[in-house]
Parts: sequence; structure tokens; C-alpha cells
Amino acid sequence: MARETALDLRTRLQEWIPKLVLAPSVAVMLVFVYGFILFTAFLSFTDSKILPSYGLVGWHNYWRLFQLPTWSLAIENLAIFAALYIVICSVIGLTLAILLDQKIRGEGMLRPIYLYPMALSFIVTGTAWKWLLDPGIGIEHTLHLWGWTSFHFAWIKESDFAIYTVVIAAVWQTSGFVMAMFLAGLRGIDNEILKAAQMDGASNWNLYRRIIIPQLRPAFLSAFVILAHLAVKSYDLVVALTGGGPGRATELPATFMYSYTFTRNEMGVGAASAVIMLMTIAAIMVPYLYAELKEPK
Amino acid sequence: MSAVSQGTAVSTGRFTRVLIHVTLLVFALFYLLPLVVMLINSVKPLGEITGGNMMALPKVWTIQPWLEAWSTAQIGVQPTGLRPYFINSIEMVVPAVAISTLMGALNGYVLTKWRFRGDTVLFGLMLFSCFIPFQIVLIPMARLLGLMGLAGTVPGLIFVHVVYGLGFTTLYFRNYYAAFPTELVRAAQIDGAGFFRIFTRILLPLSGPIIVVTVIWQFTNIWNDFLFGSSFSGQASQPMTVALNNLVQSSTGVKAYNVHFAGAILAALPTLFVYIVSGRFFVRGLMAGSVKG
Repeated sequence: MARETALDLRTRLQEWIPKLVLAPSVAVMLVFVYGFILFTAFLSFTDSKILPSYGLVGWHNYWRLFQLPTWSLAIENLAIFAALYIVICSVIGLTLAILLDQKIRGEGMLRPIYLYPMALSFIVTGTAWKWLLDPGIGIEHTLHLWGWTSFHFAWIKESDFAIYTVVIAAVWQTSGFVMAMFLAGLRGIDNEILKAAQMDGASNWNLYRRIIIPQLRPAFLSAFVILAHLAVKSYDLVVALTGGGPGRATELPATFMYSYTFTRNEMGVGAASAVIMLMTIAAIMVPYLYAELKEPK
Repeated sequence: MSAVSQGTAVSTGRFTRVLIHVTLLVFALFYLLPLVVMLINSVKPLGEITGGNMMALPKVWTIQPWLEAWSTAQIGVQPTGLRPYFINSIEMVVPAVAISTLMGALNGYVLTKWRFRGDTVLFGLMLFSCFIPFQIVLIPMARLLGLMGLAGTVPGLIFVHVVYGLGFTTLYFRNYYAAFPTELVRAAQIDGAGFFRIFTRILLPLSGPIIVVTVIWQFTNIWNDFLFGSSFSGQASQPMTVALNNLVQSSTGVKAYNVHFAGAILAALPTLFVYIVSGRFFVRGLMAGSVKG
């Protein structure tokens, strides 16, 4: 009898161990991710300025947020940046992947070259491009020295164009990664189908348009989701490349949130902007993750 | 994703092949240009940069900018160079990577081999936490670190990186262990092996590749982090990225471009080194983070 209870206790304990092991991570996640999200959401309805304060003001902060020209500019910049970033990265990534997939002898050399920027910090990328794009010393200056004196390329100094320099640097950093995703997709395609189609006389162009690219749908989806969420989160690159300038020309939601919360002491407005950012990302990620996690059986 | 077939069965003509090679080389130049230019100009005297051509090789070679970036350059108010911040980053990265990887391994093990009702929902919640914009947690985390007495310290940064790295490390191990035969675990259970014994004797010895992938991913992300570093560190605990940004953005005096470049390369070296040594695992990590494994 006593032996049986001891055994019972032991199996009971064994049953509990897995849950006990998982518990700290679950607790950490519930408190520091979801608890903190709720807290920030709560702050966005309060009159918090330099420190959190708990006087409720309803939707006032959101109303104010959308009245602020800086926020409108940040949203507009994000739209331009995200659209160009996603499209250009996908086009370059797909092109490079298709070209690399043609039994290229130097593939082993080229692939790592395309991909290494992904290992760098955005601060390093920003430092390099800030200087390359500086007309007085970078690309423009060099082409002038080489004799093309009418060449003009000073986007980084021009309010209307500075946001495009952020696109250039961001594309440089991530397009190789998109290439790797597409290349993995291409390598997963069954060659037998291609051979059969070729025997039926399909041209290369049709082969890609009709058979290969449609099969890359999952890779397109992944690339879109990853790039879109990186775009919304973009912060470091802007800080290092333009500092949000010239003036406020390259302000993005992430830089807006930081400056309103920590330097302008408008914590309520900052919290509201963070909530909007979260909602944007949730709208992209939640359906994607849901589809990925659904049991395939 | 395996390398069953190298290249498609699509065949192309001679002229097209030349065109393809040229295009690929042009892109290679595009990706290499910024790094090469930084490298060349980090060994030039400043006068050759401001007065000369960035593409030209140095007339006078010098390692002075590197020495300056490492040990004497002005960072913020102190002329310490980047060295103390490099050390800060190491002290932050090593424990943060170790703790988050270990916890991720155990989580993945539980979530695949000791399944219980609601485990997929918990995992889904953890997974979403990888992708949140961290702006949403900055304010409460700043308060909490203050209350815990960890504000502006390296342990505070370690804590933050472990907390927000757990989602990814759990994801990696979960997907890896999902493919691992559950029968082996059941058989060991019947033989009387307990939870930890099965983990250390059966799963862990076979986890080499995924440990490498996870460590590389975490190392790269935490080393390259700027948002947490700039939000939660003090003057004495700044990581490398924040110090580099301070060095480059400082508005006092003449801009010493060559020192900035040397500093930027110093900040990039550890992750570049890891990438060059283990590129295959780096790519696998990137893919596993985006596509279900």
C-alpha cells in the first residue's frame, strides 16, 4: 500500500515536471510581453507625461496623435518605405535566385557575398551608407573626380527624397536574405515536371511564368510577412543614416514613438503610437502565424 | 530545402549565360562596395579622405584610425575608444545567449514530447512575441528595470534579451524536436528514464545542429541590437552598437571618417566572423525564423 502511494507520487511528479519546466517561460511571456502590452495600452488612455500617471483621458491621445503633422509624416514615410522596400527586395531577391539557379559555377562564392549584409548591425549599415550617399565625399564626389561633373545625387540632403535613401540602405541589407528564401523555394521544385514541360516545347519564359513562379507562393508569402514586419519596426537604420532628418523628413513611427516618449515627455501620445504599431504588425502576423500553426493533419 | 538538385533543368543559350554572369557580378559589387570602401578608407589618413577619392587606395597606409577607434576616440564625454563597450557587449551577449538557448531547448522539448492541452496556444503566444514591435514594451520595461535596480546595467540588458529572445529559441527547438521520433522517448520512459534523463541522454546529444543555429541567431540579434541598448543602458553599460552610434554622430570637432569606419568594422567583426565561419547555419537560422521548419 505504502509502496503504491510512493510510486503514484513519483508518476504524478513526473507528470508535473514538464509543466514546471515550461512555467517560468510562460510566466515571463505573460508578464513581460502580454502584461506589458496591456500596460502600454492602458497608458495610451491616460494623461502620462514624463512619468506614467493614471488620470484617464479617453481617446484624447489617439485624437492628438492623428492631429500631429509629424505623425502623419511618419505614417506617410512608412507607407512609402514599406512599399518600396518590399517590392524592390522581392524583385532583386527573385531575380538573383533565378539567375543563381542556372548552374552557375561561382555560386558558392556569390551566395555568401549577397547575404553577408544580413549579419551586420543596422548601425554599421547606416554608417557606411550615410557616407556613401553624402554628396560632398561619397558617390557624387567620386564621380565628379572621375570626370562626370554634372552628376548630381544628394537625396540624403533633400527633404523630399531622403526617405528613398533609407530604402536603398535597407534593400542593400536584406535583399540577399530574400534571395536565399527564393532560392530555397526554387531548389524544392521537382525537376521532373520541368523536364516534361520542356519536352512539350515550353519556352524558358513560359516555364518560369506558368510553372516555377506560381510554385514559389509560400516563399513570396514568407518574404512579404518578414519584410513588412521589419519595415514597421525599422528604427536603428533611420537613427544611424539620417537621424530622422533632414529636419523631420525621414521620421518613422518607431522614431516618433521614441522621441515623443523619452525626449518630449508625452508618454501618453508615445504609448498610443506604440499601440498603433502593434496593431499594424498584428494585422500582418496573426493570420500568418495562425495558418502556420494549424495542425497539418 | 535540401541540396538534392543544384540548379534547375532549364537550359539557356551561350549569350544568355554571359549576361547572367555579368548581372550576378554587378550585384556582388553592389553588396561588397560599402564594406570595401570602409575598409580602404579606414587605413587612410583623414586628409586623403576629405581631399581625395574614396575609391582610391591609400597613398600612405596607417593603422592609426584603428588604434584610435579602439582605445582613444571620444565616445560621449570620455576618450576611451570603443574597447570598454566591446567588452560590455561580450558580457551582455554570452550569458543572454546561453540562458535563452537553454530555456528554449527545454521549452521545445516539453512542447513536442510532453504535450498537454493548450500547448499550441501557448506556443502561438510565444511565437507572436517574437514579432511585436518592441516599442510596445519600452515604457513598462524601463519602469521595471528601475524598480529592480537593474536600470543602466549589463545584467538589466541580459534580462531583457533573454525575455524577448525566448520566443525564437523555443521556436527553433520545437520545430527541430518535432521531427524527432517520439517512440524513442516513450521507450525510454517505459525503461524508467525520467524527464531530465531523457533530455540529457537522448535529445541533447542529437541537438548539435539546432544548438549552433540558435546560438548564432541569438548572438547576431543581441550583438546587433540597438533599441534596447539605447533605451536601457547607462554610460558605463552601453553596448557596442550604441557606442558606435555615439562616435559617428558626435558633432564636436572634425569628423574623423577613418576612425568611424574602423569603429564600424570593429562593431561588425564578431558577427561577420561568425557568419564566415558558419554561414550554412546562419542561413538555416534565418530560414527557420521565417518558414515553418
